[in-house]
Amino acid sequence: MAYTPKPIGSIQPQKRSALAWALSDSWVLTQRSLRHILTNKDQLLGLAIQPIMFMLLFRYVFGGAIETGSTTYVNFLVAGILIQMAAFGALTTSISLAADLQRGIVERIKSLPTISSALMTGHVIADLARNVLSSAILIAVAFLVGFRPTAGPIEWLYILGLLLLFTFAISWLAAIMGLLARTVEAVQWMGFFFVFPLTFASSAFVPTEGMPWGLRLFAENQPVTHVIEAMRALMVGTPMGNHALMAAIWCIGTVIVAVPVAAYLFRKG
Amino acid sequence: MQDAAIYTKGLTKSYGKLSVLKGVDLVVERGTMLALLGPNGAGKTTIVRILSTLIEPDGGEVKVGGFDVVREGNDVRRTIGLTGQYAAIDDYLTGRQNLEMMGRLYHLSKADSATRAQELLEQFSLTDASERIAKTYSGGMRRRLDLAASLVATPPIIFLDEPTTGLDPRSRLQMWEVIEGLRRAGTTILLTTQYLEEADKLADRIAVIDHGTVIAEGTADELKAKVGKERLEVVVGEAHVERAAQAMGEGAHVDREEGTVSIAAAGVGEVRRALEALENAGVMVESLSLHKPTLDDVFLKLTGHEAEEAAAKN
Repeated sequence: MAYTPKPIGSIQPQKRSALAWALSDSWVLTQRSLRHILTNKDQLLGLAIQPIMFMLLFRYVFGGAIETGSTTYVNFLVAGILIQMAAFGALTTSISLAADLQRGIVERIKSLPTISSALMTGHVIADLARNVLSSAILIAVAFLVGFRPTAGPIEWLYILGLLLLFTFAISWLAAIMGLLARTVEAVQWMGFFFVFPLTFASSAFVPTEGMPWGLRLFAENQPVTHVIEAMRALMVGTPMGNHALMAAIWCIGTVIVAVPVAAYLFRKG
Repeated sequence: MQDAAIYTKGLTKSYGKLSVLKGVDLVVERGTMLALLGPNGAGKTTIVRILSTLIEPDGGEVKVGGFDVVREGNDVRRTIGLTGQYAAIDDYLTGRQNLEMMGRLYHLSKADSATRAQELLEQFSLTDASERIAKTYSGGMRRRLDLAASLVATPPIIFLDEPTTGLDPRSRLQMWEVIEGLRRAGTTILLTTQYLEEADKLADRIAVIDHGTVIAEGTADELKAKVGKERLEVVVGEAHVERAAQAMGEGAHVDREEGTVSIAAAGVGEVRRALEALENAGVMVESLSLHKPTLDDVFLKLTGHEAEEAAAKN
C-alpha cells in the first residue's frame, strides 16, 4: 500500500445552482438505494417471495371460509394484499434509515456539502421501485389462481397511480419511524405495533361487516381501508363511493405533513 | 490565532444536565496535526462532531478553515473530510461504487469521481476487491475504504476519530503510513486516540482531554517531561530489594511484595549504569523490563486518577 496524497484542493467541485445540486444529490442517493435491491439478498428475497406467499396462503387458507358477496374471494383479495404489501414494504425504508443511522452513514453524509435529506428521498424512491416489482409479481400470481379483474387500461393506470401515491405517503411515514426508532430492532417492533393493526383492521382480507362494532367503526373509516376500497372498485368493480376522494386526501395530506417532519427529524438527528 | 485551521475558544456542550464539554480551547495551525488524547467518554468525539458540523455547540467560538461552524456550515463541509469511529461505508455497494458516490456527493464531476475512485482503490490496495460489495471486506479493508472515502475531494482539513481502534497491528501500521503521507502533503489533521503511542508517533501536538476539558497541551516531549521518563524495573526477590534500591541510587521505587525495584531511566546509558550498579553490588537480577509512560501514567500524573476510572465514571 502506497498512498501518495494529491495536492490539497487539486480536485475542485463543479459549480451549479442549489436546485441542480439538490436534484443531483437525490439522484445519486436514489441510485444507491436502487442498487441495494439487487445486492441486499434480504430485500431481493422479500421482494420476490412475499407476494407469492401472501397470495397463495390467503387465497387457499381463507378463500373457502370467507363470504365476499358479489365477487370471488381472489378478486376481493388482490387489492387488500397489494396495499398490505406496500405498507410492510415501506418498512424497508425504516430499516435502511435506522441502519444508516447505526452505521454512521447519516453522519458521514451530513458532513458533506450534500443536501443530506436526499438520503431519505433515495430510500423512498427505491421503495416505489421495489413495490411496483412486488406488485407485478403478485398480480401475475393472482391471475394464475383465478383473479379475473374487470379493470380496463384506464383503470389500471389509476391503480398504478394510487399504488404509487399510497406507497410514497407510507414510505415517508416509515422514514419518520426509522428516524425515531434509530435501531433496526426497534423498527421491527414499531412495525408490529403500527402496520399490523392498520392493515389487518381494515377491509384488506375480510369484509368489515363481520367485525365487532368498535373494530368495524375503525376499520371502515381508517385511511388504509379507503385506499383498499378505491383500488378494489377500480379492479373488480365494487362500489366506489367516496373512497377514491378520501384515499387521495389521506395520502396527499400524509405527504404534506410527513415530508417536513421527516426532514426536521433528520436534520435534528 | 483566529486564522488557524481549527480554532475553538470556550467551547461548551451539554446533553440535558450532563455537561460533556466545559470550555475547550484548541488551536491547530494550518498543515499541522493535533492529537486529542483521552479515555472513552472524555468528550473527544463530541469535539469532532461539532467541528464537522454534525451537532451545534452550546457556547463558545468554533472556526474550521476560517469558517464559523454554526453560521457557515456549508463552507465548513466543503473544507473537511471526516472519518468516524465506525467504518461508515455502504455494505451493499462495491468499493468502487462507494468511492464514486462520495465523489458525486462532494459535488465532483462524474469523470473526476471515477478517476479519483480508481486512484484511491490502487493506492489503498483495494483494486482486487473493487467490484465486490463492501460487506465481504475484512475489518482492515473496510477502514481503508472508509479513510479513502474521506480523501476523495482532497480536503485541506481532515478529522480522524479513533482511526485505528480495533485494527490489527499490520492494518494499524498501514493506517499510520497514510496519515503521515497526508501530513507531508500539508493536510491539517485532527486525530482522536486512546493510545499515547499513536499520538506520540503521529502528531505535532497533543491535547489531553478529560471530563470535557483540556488538562494538558503540548508536544509529545513536553507531555512526557511532565509524566516522567521511561522506567527500568528489575525483579530481584523480596530479600534483595533494599540492597538493590541502594545500589540503583536516588529515586528508586521499591515494591516489596512483588520483589521489584524500579527507577526512571531514559536511554541506553542510564539503563546500563543502573544495571552495572546492581552487578557491582552483587545483586542477582531475575528479570528486567522497560516501561514507557502510558496514557495511564499521563492521566495518573495529570488528574490523579487512571484512564479507565475516568471512562467508567462517564
